[in-house]
Amino acid sequence: MENQVPQKTWLQKYHVKGIFWTVILLVLLELSSISTGVKWSDFFKNFDQFLELFHRMAHPDCSYTSIVIQPIIETIQMALLGTTLGTIFAVPFAVLAARNIVKNAFLRGVIRFILNLVRTLPDLLLAALAVAIVGIGATAGVWTLAIFSFGMISKLFYETIETIESGPLEALRAAGANNIQVIVFAVIPQVLNGFISYFLYTFEINVRASTVLGYLGAGGIGVFLQRSLSSFRYDQTAVIILAILVVVVVIDAVSNTLREKLQ
Amino acid sequence: METKPLIQFKNVQKIYPNGTVGLKDINLDIEEGQFVVVVGLSGAGKSTLLRTINRMHDITDGDILLEGKSIIHYKGKALRNLRRSVGMIFQGFNLVKRSSVERNVLSGRVGYYPTWKSVLGLFTKEDKAKAVEALQRVNMASKIYSRADELSGGQQQRVAIARTFMQNPKIILADEPVASLDPLTTEAVMDDLKQLNRDFGMTVLVNLHSVPLALKYADRIIGLRAGQLVYDKMIADVKETDFDSIYDENGKVK
Repeated sequence: MENQVPQKTWLQKYHVKGIFWTVILLVLLELSSISTGVKWSDFFKNFDQFLELFHRMAHPDCSYTSIVIQPIIETIQMALLGTTLGTIFAVPFAVLAARNIVKNAFLRGVIRFILNLVRTLPDLLLAALAVAIVGIGATAGVWTLAIFSFGMISKLFYETIETIESGPLEALRAAGANNIQVIVFAVIPQVLNGFISYFLYTFEINVRASTVLGYLGAGGIGVFLQRSLSSFRYDQTAVIILAILVVVVVIDAVSNTLREKLQ
Repeated sequence: METKPLIQFKNVQKIYPNGTVGLKDINLDIEEGQFVVVVGLSGAGKSTLLRTINRMHDITDGDILLEGKSIIHYKGKALRNLRRSVGMIFQGFNLVKRSSVERNVLSGRVGYYPTWKSVLGLFTKEDKAKAVEALQRVNMASKIYSRADELSGGQQQRVAIARTFMQNPKIILADEPVASLDPLTTEAVMDDLKQLNRDFGMTVLVNLHSVPLALKYADRIIGLRAGQLVYDKMIADVKETDFDSIYDENGKVK
């Protein structure tokens, strides 16, 4: 008797839950479309415009390439600087936000609240603020990316710290190590690979993000993107897009390879 | 014989925040240089008893004295100095798996260093030589540059013993040190502990599940049941039938 397959209940038999949630989702989608006034037909209304643009971009101005190289290098440098700065500041915050390191719930709560606040700021808003504060140029871009990386990395890092084995920490404490020694000898070796992997991942995202920051005057390739678009030089736009594509693909590939090696 | 006991438990009580009784009315003196084996069922309070000595667990009532000094109110530097003088061996070895064997062994020494020096890895020549000696003692010198996770369980435990040796401890607490090892490596690890006891006069307290091992290595056997001390004899007085009362859950305290 004990070892028999039980009868399926009515709920399990007709997948009631699955059907229920699917219907709810479809209703929500339709309601959103009605209330925002977005019609499905509008999506393809100006398709000929798109084709026109595509046609003009299909003849890239190859002579423009040499002009693009300098700003695209600047973009990568911005991303590197921003990610590094953000990471340096994120590490202490990540340690203080980790449940297995800081037992004081209040301190942890304050730190996490600050981190959550930073993370709610979208990068474009940060860029607009940075340009207003430090003026047009790459410095604003680095600031933006630093703050953006700080928010992202601190969360990824403290979640990494919370997954480590607690045994080595206990061993170090039992040997008379102080908190900093416990972190250096037992925590960092356990999280270092994870940290490097997340650093590369954030760098990847920052390279992509920094291409559009120039739109707001925050330096890099985005400045040229905006210039070419506003003067309707789509042949130049095409070169910029191709250049961005190459850089992003290369950096993604490099960082993915490195991250796989770290596993 | 008027030797002062090294460790003294006086009416020690430990009640966990959730109400579970960890230790109850423990009165116990341990002389310097003894090799004490603590036996008892899982949950009898063996781990708790060990961890009260280096204050990894705090007691709720009573007092614990080390060399005549109460340790239960130690804080900060005093607490770290206490822990430095008490080595601990764990069932799960607790090595930092991604670090080298050498760095794991040296980490047993950090209690003797100011923070900045240890953080920068500025260990003295003497300590590096001592790390080699510690590894030679446990037959692991050839693995000094390996990563800890490349070692087998028994090898990891022997490295952990080398790490503890670096502390120059007066006391070694070993919490089920061989519970996850095969019989052969069990013997090697127990021999290492016995050597530290014999060659350096370190007082050793070991939690064990195995009665034959207890009989083989102990100078003195202590039994715990439900947080209470139910057995305490020097090895010469121990009879094998004694263990029924420790392990039989329904048996009366003798």
